[in-house]
Amino acid sequence: MSEITLVAMPKWGLSMEEGKVNCWLKQVGDAIAKGEEIIEVESEKIAGAVEAAVGGVMRRHVAQADDVVPVGALLGVIAAAEVPDAEIDAVVAQAQANFVPPSAADEETGPSPQKAAIGARSVRYLKQGDGGVPAILVHGFGGDLNNWLFNHEALAGSRAVYAIDLPGHGESTKDVGDGSLDTLADVLLGFMDHAGIERASLIGHSMGAAVAMAAALKAPDRVASLTLIGAAGLGETINTDYINGFVSAPNRNAIKPQLMMLFGDPTLVNRQLVEDIMKYKRLEGVDTALRTLAGALFVAGRQTTSLRDRVAALGKPTLVIWGEADQIIPAAHASALGDKAQVEVIAGKGHMVQMEAANEVNQLINRFLG
Amino acid sequence: MARKITYQQAINEALSQEMTRDPSVIVMGEDNHGGEGSPGEQDAWGGVLGVTKGLYHKFPGRVIDTPISESAFIGAAIGAATNGLRPVAELMFVDFMGVCFDQIFNQAAKFRYMFGGKAETPVVIRTMYGAGFRAAAQHSQCLYSLFTHIPGLKVVMPATPYDAKGMLIQAIRDNDPVIFCEHKMLYTLEGEVPEESYTVPFGEANVVREGDDVTVVTLGRMVHFSDQAAQAMQKKGVHVEVIDLRTTSPLDEATILESVARTGRLVVVDESNPRCSIAGDIAGIVAQKAFGDLKAPIEQVTAPHAPVPFSGALEDLYIPSVASIEGAISRVVEYRK
Amino acid sequence: MATELTKERLLEAYRTMRTIREFEDRIHADFSTGEIPGFVHLYAGEEASATGIIMHLSKADYIASTHRGHGHCIAKGVDVMSMMAEIWGKVTGTCRGKGGSMHIADLEQGMMGANGIVGGGGPLICGAALAMKMRKTDNVAICFFGDGASNQGTIFEAMNLATVWNLPVIFVAENNGYAEATSSSYSVACDNIADRASAFGMPGVIVDGFDFFAVHEAAGEAIARARKGGGPTLLEVKLSRYYGHFEGDQQKYRAPNEVANIKAAKDCLTSFAKRVTASGQLSQSDLARIDSEVGALIDESVRRAKSDPQPTAEDLLTDVYVSY
Repeated sequence: MSEITLVAMPKWGLSMEEGKVNCWLKQVGDAIAKGEEIIEVESEKIAGAVEAAVGGVMRRHVAQADDVVPVGALLGVIAAAEVPDAEIDAVVAQAQANFVPPSAADEETGPSPQKAAIGARSVRYLKQGDGGVPAILVHGFGGDLNNWLFNHEALAGSRAVYAIDLPGHGESTKDVGDGSLDTLADVLLGFMDHAGIERASLIGHSMGAAVAMAAALKAPDRVASLTLIGAAGLGETINTDYINGFVSAPNRNAIKPQLMMLFGDPTLVNRQLVEDIMKYKRLEGVDTALRTLAGALFVAGRQTTSLRDRVAALGKPTLVIWGEADQIIPAAHASALGDKAQVEVIAGKGHMVQMEAANEVNQLINRFLG
Repeated sequence: MARKITYQQAINEALSQEMTRDPSVIVMGEDNHGGEGSPGEQDAWGGVLGVTKGLYHKFPGRVIDTPISESAFIGAAIGAATNGLRPVAELMFVDFMGVCFDQIFNQAAKFRYMFGGKAETPVVIRTMYGAGFRAAAQHSQCLYSLFTHIPGLKVVMPATPYDAKGMLIQAIRDNDPVIFCEHKMLYTLEGEVPEESYTVPFGEANVVREGDDVTVVTLGRMVHFSDQAAQAMQKKGVHVEVIDLRTTSPLDEATILESVARTGRLVVVDESNPRCSIAGDIAGIVAQKAFGDLKAPIEQVTAPHAPVPFSGALEDLYIPSVASIEGAISRVVEYRK
Repeated sequence: MATELTKERLLEAYRTMRTIREFEDRIHADFSTGEIPGFVHLYAGEEASATGIIMHLSKADYIASTHRGHGHCIAKGVDVMSMMAEIWGKVTGTCRGKGGSMHIADLEQGMMGANGIVGGGGPLICGAALAMKMRKTDNVAICFFGDGASNQGTIFEAMNLATVWNLPVIFVAENNGYAEATSSSYSVACDNIADRASAFGMPGVIVDGFDFFAVHEAAGEAIARARKGGGPTLLEVKLSRYYGHFEGDQQKYRAPNEVANIKAAKDCLTSFAKRVTASGQLSQSDLARIDSEVGALIDESVRRAKSDPQPTAEDLLTDVYVSY
């Protein structure tokens, strides 16, 4: 690693072409430890912090607050205190001279979602990485594969990682059948057949975690491990006001307060996130799908199905991750599996902990999967 | 990542999906397939700019070429709507409303009220508007305010491919007469559009960009100009909220007033002529209902009170520019009592 | 001379014509006392036209009418009680008091509406007919218009479109000789409105509008042709109105005794009665019974219309849209 480290606009998700600098969290001259948050940037989807890849001193802010720059463009420079200014200026000048903004042509060569026919349904999925024991990311109620925007690539360094849209979600078929966990688990296992995956590590969030557990119970041999994030299916309580509010919200103003419950830091809910959710909710069949799922799984403050005891008995390697400030499913459920699972509760983060504390979650999962 | 298609393709896809779903949906207009009764190719045009191309062969008998006889076929679409069909009639250029307006505003718009709530007239009139095509004074106007004035009509102004598809599907399913205005300069605009069917509700403005310093209320093609101006102003540290009305009737007053309550400054950007316009209407509403919130006089950026000129040199001056919008934003920011 | 119509059909025709006449005469009388608001255009004198044509229709057949629309409405089966209440501006009216005389419509009866815009119905009826044709029914659509509307572009455009699309439409030009106060001999450029049919590629037929039987027969032919896919017809019905363009019109533009002479010589009800009693198909007492029943019906309609409630402030803003 060179002594001079360039900080560039990250690419969060496939559609991100540019990002906005919200603010610098480290000022020029500040000492920085590896992994510290140094700058907050915002894609059209969500705001987040960029962490330092190395330790050193913040030497330059090339981009300023409110600047909108392409993915890959230089934001700033970290270097040791003793590196001369002239050397840093030269590197900055060279980086800027050589920078070519990503073009539409580049995008097309990158990974793009595919459709798989699972029975009568079409299931959208995105694959990144290759080899290893494949992992499958399963989003929660009302989500889609973009919920793993900050995780997918980071987990795909040494294995194939698939993210799917469950039936009723994203760009998959909106028919959810009876809306039961079994039905959804059958689709997940059907997807594994389609993709030729004999055995996978299942990583589920919220309702998706319950789907992962249901699949493991149906086909224990095909599941290597379970990673359960803010999981449904481990206890009784759930915030059905959120579920019902999400389902019934007719417009932007009504959905926003619902979405704010998903995060420890509600300011993360930006205009685009709200708009994306409304776009999803407007799709033909989504309203019926969500109402069917909610009716089957989450009724009057209670989850209809607890898989806790059966999963504990299954004895699969299990990692449970929870945001301590989860307002949808209480973090107390994290300890439901007792000593059968590794339990990690992350302070200050909400239900969407894999987005809010992406780096920490990614590290935990990578370490767990080995 | 959703697929990207053009505004024009989005309209075609909405028609195709609704015609598949509902056999009572028909499409009619001048050259909507093109070639009827001629010895050559059928579906030769698919509309003067090809927007309805391909539907003729997909839906036999349901894409109908009409004589150049707007009163007759716009009226016929309205009459058919009272008798069980859901016609989508194309008034090729909105400028041609002059020869069929009676059927729209005295007939379609008033049936329900005049007949004591017994009639439903689920007709959609698609029409092309706007300057920039070097098409001169009779093929370039922005006449949406004339429709907006009439109770009983809904007036829809999609600015993006996403809205074009979702709002056209909503228009076709809507049980009231809808004037669906398509800006001819937007037909080639690309954007993300779901392949599945969906509806975008009427009366809900789209907050295109959030900001706390100035509210820009706009519509149609001017949404894009305003957003560019807002982006430029952001570099100067001015945070502009851009509101795309999406429909002028119904009008989402609440979103406008909520925004002005925060920003205290309003610029209205409207491509049409200034008198009795949407710009004037919005300014009037805000002046009356949010007077106490205002920190500066309301600015209106519009075309001048003149017909649309032919020469490119003149037409470019005629259409509100990004620079003129930036100028108006700067004035409301810099205003001191 | 006997007709082929059954006794029941003759009684029905007479009842319809008598109802229209009684309805219009009563409005004329009540309007003069100032109790009826707005503009009212009466159909008295023209009854044979609406009746002779509409007797061929079912509910699923549509008609578009004119500002002089009461006769068409009654013949098409719109409820007379509701019509009277509407004309009096009452909430019990056909249009809940929001339409008035010029906008009575009842789509359930296939009545697309009287129309305040001269020539407004032509394009609309083409649409109704297009829907019938696309549904592959044998229904027909009738466009009533006057000599005034015969000069409107909408009517020309509609006739052209009806032929281009081969629609089951009958264009019925009720030529009563006056567009408001202007004579059709001045305002219509050709000798007969029916002459214009050839310009639109359809048959043009002239019929005596005082003669119910002539109207019935001519309309029957045109309607049968349209039902079989034979396309549109222009039927010019030459007739006269007894009252002015609207109530309050003193008709000073007409010749002295013009109306009185027509009434005496040609009145459609009188000639109908003469013919059916002379042929022995109906008796005087058959007709007298209908006269008395119709009189009672109209009495009752006025009594109710007078006492029915007005719409209230709550009705002002309802039904502008289906949803908004």
